[in-house]
Amino acid sequence: MIFVTVGTQLAFDRMIRVVDAWAGASGRADVFAQIGPGAWRPSHIEWSEFVTPGEFDRRSRESDVIIGHAGMGAILTAMQYGKPIVIMPRRAALREQRNDHQVATARRFSHRQGITVAMDEHELVDRLDQLDSLVGADAISDRASDQLINAIREFIHDSP
Amino acid sequence: MASGGGHWVQLLRLRPAFEGCDVSYLTTSGGYQRDVVGARVFVVNDASRWNKIGLGVMTMRVAWVLLRERPNVIVTTGAAPGYIALRIGKMMGARTVWIDSIANAEELSMGGRLAGNLGGLWLTQWEHLASEGGPQYAGAVV
Repeated sequence: MIFVTVGTQLAFDRMIRVVDAWAGASGRADVFAQIGPGAWRPSHIEWSEFVTPGEFDRRSRESDVIIGHAGMGAILTAMQYGKPIVIMPRRAALREQRNDHQVATARRFSHRQGITVAMDEHELVDRLDQLDSLVGADAISDRASDQLINAIREFIHDSP
Repeated sequence: MASGGGHWVQLLRLRPAFEGCDVSYLTTSGGYQRDVVGARVFVVNDASRWNKIGLGVMTMRVAWVLLRERPNVIVTTGAAPGYIALRIGKMMGARTVWIDSIANAEELSMGGRLAGNLGGLWLTQWEHLASEGGPQYAGAVV
């Protein structure tokens, strides 16, 4: 199963249109997309505007590969389950986000094993054609670095 | 406190830091109780600085939750509602922890910049964004 997600806030039709067209052309019938709020609707894939956190978790866990906007919810969830993920950043210039932080996120995470970046819809087409060859990294633990946890713990227990 | 989505996923990864504490959670989406079974979870509406009315309602709701819970320490990974929670909490005597989202790899978020005025622990998850007089770097959620 391919799980596609655009996050909890905004639609990202530029990405979903590519996935929808690709599924139509390739005959992939096992695609589910969480597409956000909007007027445009896919015609070749199963979709929902939003999913509950429980469904998000289940679909991520059961997927073979995740395709997402370059948001941390999608990225961290893929890493926690050891799933390969293709990420495409939203662009402020296209009014997909207020700033280009997802472009920065995509660049910073592009070197990590299991994460494949598509900077635009053309690259996404290429990535989709190679989807079956993607492999995830080993699942990461469910906790932050010890350094960060200790810094917060020390602050909490350091009486004022 | 963390907004729904990526902010929440980051906050969950910090849970070992809260071991032994009485913890309640505040977020902006329903359905997250399953992640923190047994803990108190409160939900407020999401709003950003672009939506003044929503921001006003959210601020009142955050204040109500904080008045009820009376936290000693408030920890947030953002976004705007997290900053509001720190601001109100600080007025009520809470100590504050801001961990700027790892999504902000090139500059701090707006809330992240403002959180520097609150005292408390002020962290970025990117070493190159840490500075003297700015936020500290002390590791990341991943």
